[in-house]
Amino acid sequence: MTAATSPAISLVGEFTIFTAQDCKAQLLTLIAGIPEGAGGDVDLSGVTEIDSAGLQLMLMAKREAAILGKEVRFVQHSDPVLELIDLCALAGQFGDPLLIRSNV
Amino acid sequence: MNLDDALQTFVIESRELLDNMEAALLQIEQAPDDSDLINAIFRAAHTIKGSAGLFGLDHLVAFTHAAENVLDEVRAGALAMDDELVALFLEVCDHIGTLIDHLAAGSAPGDDEQQRSTALIARLKAIHGAPPEAAAQVVEHATPLTREGGGEGVETDNWHISLRFSRDVLRNGMDPLSFIRYLSTFGEIASIVTLSEDIPRAAEMDPEACYLGFEINYRSTADKATIEGAFEFVQDDAQVRILPPHSKVSQYLDLILSLPEEDMRVGEILVRCGTLTRHELEQALSAQADARQEGVAGAEIGAVLVARNVVQPAVVEAALQKQKQVKENKAGDAALIRVNADKLDEHINLIGELIIASAGINLAAQGSGQAELLEAASLLNRLVENIRDSALQLRMVQIGATFNKFQRVVRDVSRDLGKDIRLEISGAETELDKTVIEKIGDPLTHLVRNSMDHGIEAADVRLARGKPAHGTLRLNAYHDSGSIVIEVGDDGGGLPKAKILAKAIERGLVKPEQTLSDDEIHALIFEPGFSTADQVNNLSGRGVGMDVVRRNITALRGSIEIDSEEGFGATIRVRLPLTLAIIDGFLVGVGNSSFVVPLEMVVECVELTPEELKAAQGRDQLNLRGEVLPFIRLRELFDMPEPAAPEPTVLAEGMPEVDAELAFLLQPVLRENVVVVNYAGRRAGLVVDALQGEYQTVIRPLGAVFNGLQGVAGFTILGSGQVALILDVPGLVSRVSRRESRRASQINHLAAVD
Repeated sequence: MTAATSPAISLVGEFTIFTAQDCKAQLLTLIAGIPEGAGGDVDLSGVTEIDSAGLQLMLMAKREAAILGKEVRFVQHSDPVLELIDLCALAGQFGDPLLIRSNV
Repeated sequence: MNLDDALQTFVIESRELLDNMEAALLQIEQAPDDSDLINAIFRAAHTIKGSAGLFGLDHLVAFTHAAENVLDEVRAGALAMDDELVALFLEVCDHIGTLIDHLAAGSAPGDDEQQRSTALIARLKAIHGAPPEAAAQVVEHATPLTREGGGEGVETDNWHISLRFSRDVLRNGMDPLSFIRYLSTFGEIASIVTLSEDIPRAAEMDPEACYLGFEINYRSTADKATIEGAFEFVQDDAQVRILPPHSKVSQYLDLILSLPEEDMRVGEILVRCGTLTRHELEQALSAQADARQEGVAGAEIGAVLVARNVVQPAVVEAALQKQKQVKENKAGDAALIRVNADKLDEHINLIGELIIASAGINLAAQGSGQAELLEAASLLNRLVENIRDSALQLRMVQIGATFNKFQRVVRDVSRDLGKDIRLEISGAETELDKTVIEKIGDPLTHLVRNSMDHGIEAADVRLARGKPAHGTLRLNAYHDSGSIVIEVGDDGGGLPKAKILAKAIERGLVKPEQTLSDDEIHALIFEPGFSTADQVNNLSGRGVGMDVVRRNITALRGSIEIDSEEGFGATIRVRLPLTLAIIDGFLVGVGNSSFVVPLEMVVECVELTPEELKAAQGRDQLNLRGEVLPFIRLRELFDMPEPAAPEPTVLAEGMPEVDAELAFLLQPVLRENVVVVNYAGRRAGLVVDALQGEYQTVIRPLGAVFNGLQGVAGFTILGSGQVALILDVPGLVSRVSRRESRRASQINHLAAVD
């Protein structure tokens, strides 16, 4: 299976308590669409704002997929997302490759 | 989280806290040892500091911090809250207010404010530094738990913070992460473990609930109170545990036991955080096992720890007490909801439309003659009326808060003037429309200042007149026939009639030969430009800007009157409508047009018989049960054609059919009716053709073109779509009484000439 055929979504704009219901639905739809043993991508490059609610959903999606024998990969993290993962020291837990940005 | 909204809330809350602080400061002058008041002041400063920190408003944090330090000493009893300190803190309070105003306006504080900040901080620090023993005590206070325990303490130099957020924290508008971000403003997060085990499976997970917890190893030189302060706002929504550096192993054990997660897991987390070494963890867990072996039930481990003096019961109790207090305060707040005033206005506007629509339905139902429809329409009407009343009630605010603001004004002004003036407040629970309250503040301040400045005499004059040395200013409010009356009274010198009259004659406002009643003389002080500098100097000239006061009050459809007795004081009475939007009206018809009289002002309706007209001998007066009742003919007032020639008036042009019908209906009724209205104790009659009954009215302001129109306060739209003018009863009544008094003085004058 090539990367091109693996299901993917991208989250755009706020990824916060205000959009949490909607984002949860999107993530679950994605997970449902991933064949067992395969992975799907969530593009976070368009996320402008993220809060605890967003973070929880990322954790939930990761775990839910793992329980079902699937994988959700977060890719193209935007700056707010990177900052948050850094703040909570969760890079290891997510295990997604992160683009380390210089602070210049 | 929308930061603008949160900031807005911060501004509103800070202003409320400052109001509380100011009130407490003013009260504390009378009761310097009241610890509740001191705590209230401290809490206000502390809370503002805490939330300012959340928004990263460093200048505000620095300033309030200096204030808080001094307050802390007052609270500890090391410093007495004397007059000087109260005065300083009132300045501090004002200055915080200024900083908050800048914040609300989105502007940065200017150089002036910064200089003032620095100056005030210096003064606060001077006090703070004054008693050295107290300062030492504070420093010691910051680290009571750190070193006691000696060899038993753990190695780490860092604080340990353990956070568990409640499910609702996000819904309550707070983001747990913002607290962690805030922590990093005055310390460094050495390591952090995010706990996500609580997140349930996808199906059960509520994306708006919070399932997170954090264990933080935190490096900071701040004291415990500061770190605790960071979590001030989530006290209800989170479990926060803070352990100082070098806490005893047993204290970590306590932490482990108290956390909801399984003990071993918590232990592992602490190790991962770097808070505990593996060795220390083992030590703690074995201590726990020992306690179990002692035969005490596991559930009572907490008690065992207390018994072994591991945890100080006093500390626990104090903490519980504090939490309880905060909870109680929050519970009081929770009974209220903050609503945007715009939303409320929109709501009221919609209800206004609803009233008009339901009047239309009512009319249609009556026209159809269907019993069912009539019944439904009348039920609808009643419900709409109830909705209207409850909606208006929503806007009602007690005037007490406005009155209390004058405590400060009276205090400051009386010091400036060197007079001893006390403020008495009554009727603080009287309610009136929020819009009115907002607009009445300035005129009231003016009246209060005037009373203090010109009304109340200096102490020696007062004593010479046999009055107590201290003057009394009274603020009173009450409801009176659909209006609210606000009184500003003083026991000062009253209005000097002779001097006012002389001044008015000098300025050409009054002709020397004119005879004026007391009321008319008093009313002169409202003339524009009546008060001048020389008047303030040599007279008790209560005229400074009084014309502006009157204009403001008239703009609110209110009126103002003066009760004055020379030598004994004056009372200025402001009368305002309860609401600005919707009233109960009484619909009357003149010719083809309809007019609305505010129902609260209608006393009765009587028939104007030809006999009575004859008896009046051409004067517009009526004998009403032995009393003289002056009246106005609306037909003449508005220059309307006689009913015999039913030409459509300008107003009714759009609806010729209805008008013709109405005119036809009115034709056989040749008698005229008099609606007797009462305003501010004066009566007058309005002569109309037909009485059409009660009618709920939404007041709509007239456009700017009709600004100068006399006798009309606004307009409304009837159920039929017709326009009806709302009569300005206060204006009409005063017009009638002016006419009467002029006539009376003419007669007097003539008599005098004869």
